[in-house]
Amino acid sequence: MDALGNPQSVLLLGGTSDIALAIVRRYAPDHQPKGARPRVVLAARPGARRDAAAEGLRAEGFPVETVDFEARRPETHAATIEQAFAGGDIDITVVAFGLLGEAERAWTDADHALELAEVNFTAPVHTGVLLADALRRQGHGRIIALSSVAGERVRRSNFVYGSTKAGFDGFYLGLGEALAPHGITVLVVRPGFVRSKMTAGMDAAPLAVTPEQVAEQTVAAVRAGKELIWVPGAFRFVMMVLRHIPRVVFRRLPI
Amino acid sequence: MNQSTLYGWGRTRRTVAELEPVRTVEEAREALRRADGRGLIARGLGRSYGDAAQNSGGLNLDLTQLDRILAVDAEGDDPTVTVEAGVSLDTLMKAALPFGLWVPVLPGTRQVTIGGAIGADIHGKNHHTQGSFGNHVRSMDLLLADGEIRTLTPHGEDADLFWATVGGMGLTGLVLRATVAMQRTVSAYFSVDTDQTRDLDDLLERMKTGDDGYTYSVAWFDAVTRGASLGRAVLTRGNKARLEELPATLRRDPLKFTAPQFGTIPAVFPNGLVNRLTAKAFSELWYRKAPRHRVGEIQNITQFFHPLDIVAEWNRVYGPGGFLQYQFVVPFEAEEAFRRAVVLIAESGHVSCLNVLKRFGPGNDSPLSFPMPGWTLTVDIPISDSLDRLCRQLDEIVLGAGGRLYLAKDSRMDAATFARMYPRLDEFRAVRDRVDPEHRFASDLSRRLGL
Repeated sequence: MDALGNPQSVLLLGGTSDIALAIVRRYAPDHQPKGARPRVVLAARPGARRDAAAEGLRAEGFPVETVDFEARRPETHAATIEQAFAGGDIDITVVAFGLLGEAERAWTDADHALELAEVNFTAPVHTGVLLADALRRQGHGRIIALSSVAGERVRRSNFVYGSTKAGFDGFYLGLGEALAPHGITVLVVRPGFVRSKMTAGMDAAPLAVTPEQVAEQTVAAVRAGKELIWVPGAFRFVMMVLRHIPRVVFRRLPI
Repeated sequence: MNQSTLYGWGRTRRTVAELEPVRTVEEAREALRRADGRGLIARGLGRSYGDAAQNSGGLNLDLTQLDRILAVDAEGDDPTVTVEAGVSLDTLMKAALPFGLWVPVLPGTRQVTIGGAIGADIHGKNHHTQGSFGNHVRSMDLLLADGEIRTLTPHGEDADLFWATVGGMGLTGLVLRATVAMQRTVSAYFSVDTDQTRDLDDLLERMKTGDDGYTYSVAWFDAVTRGASLGRAVLTRGNKARLEELPATLRRDPLKFTAPQFGTIPAVFPNGLVNRLTAKAFSELWYRKAPRHRVGEIQNITQFFHPLDIVAEWNRVYGPGGFLQYQFVVPFEAEEAFRRAVVLIAESGHVSCLNVLKRFGPGNDSPLSFPMPGWTLTVDIPISDSLDRLCRQLDEIVLGAGGRLYLAKDSRMDAATFARMYPRLDEFRAVRDRVDPEHRFASDLSRRLGL
């Protein structure tokens, strides 16, 4: 990281996430020479999607390394983190992996519920602890944790996903407090509805944003040293209101 | 473990590391044995602006207590002092003046250790006549990565290691002590000529034609005012005052060290106080308070050399957001590029109050030393989102002109740009790889620049 907040290296846990890739691209503005592109470590499940993400970044001049990452195989997480740091310090880590799932199946199909809980909560906590250890050893680093407004007030319509994100959000906010004395900061990002691979085929909700918009505001927040943002910013106030609506009213809202 | 948050004078990149005081050579050796794969780096008084004196996650040796003055040789034609690495130029100056000795190179602050002065190969207002600090080092003892202590001289067997250590940002080993050539002086005062210049052309012309008549020369210039007066400046040049030039009151004690300090900037100082408005007011005042043309004014050390040292911790005025100092040099042939850079800064909308312009003389044998014959310019700019763009544009101008940036000031260069600016980088790397193949001496700067 330099004095102006430009990272030399970025690790994407969930290296095929649209938002994560948009964040990386945001760290290579046009006015910078190609030689100044940060080194990118893509930690993701091996396969066509990871290959495509890596090739896309390489074509734009990013040096890219790939590391195998399986969220549901915790016994492999330590090796994933170790390999991710093998090429040198990591300035920024984006915790971007997650699964939206099918809301109605998620509370009726135990396997699907477990899958969401493991991918969205257990794995982020497990890798988060391993990541924190690696960052403490290097004495610096920034974590961007992609949370969701869905975790702030959990709704009937997607409560399994929402509850996993509530846990995720709480863990990374707390991790930020714990890591502050070690020179490491955590930014929790709570986007609303993002038009991305994850939501393909769904009707956009109000205040919908693109991955690029999330990336733009996320990078600005990292530079400003913020710890928690909503994207778009208006969601902060929307959620502030929703949080305080009594349950009898809340369950009648069309959300 | 004593975990400390470390950052440079620009107060930008904060990282956490272990900071351990080193008081003796044995403690230094012990620390070297203890350092793990993350390595170690020396830290002095923390006046590097960026990340040169911090090694995040590793060991940082605080050398400010390794601060004995071991010998002063004031006899003979070639006076020298031998000091430990943590002695500051301030301490050295105070100790040497009663012997009639003067520190050969003084940068914009006296709060620099000898180790730091060597590692950054610092320069001062007399570069065009007397070169940088490394030119005045007669020998030094360097603790190498393998624990050996080697005495290096500029022309001896290990001359390449000597010159790699000069300007080597502490990456070749730990400087433990040095013998430095001193200059004789009869007074601690300067006879100073001051000129207001109308614009940039006027300034460059006067420096080109007049500098050689003075030992010391520097210009403060206005980087806020645009248009016809763009680059208007206050040029101050001088020589050590001779006894007969001093007024009777000063002549009684001509070697008296006078460096008053008015106070300290408080630790809590908001962002944004250095802005377009205050910078304009400051620039106007600084320019107007200077005489149009004055000859032979007697000034003390602080007035002439270190006007900023009059308030301690002045870097705090930029607020917690910190600031960046951009110092570049371009060869004399590239005067056009130099002008473009000045115009770009003045028209960028970024405000800089402390703008120093100087003509460098010849460089030395160090592969990473900054000075080269040419124009050097320094600007201080508070951190903001659009500053990166300005710096990259300036980088392009500097690169295109065959110039470079000063590592002691740098906090944001990328590795590729750095490699293009320092064509002798491979020579440095070869020497470092020979004496420290595992790169046990490492810093945030060395990692950032792929050094």
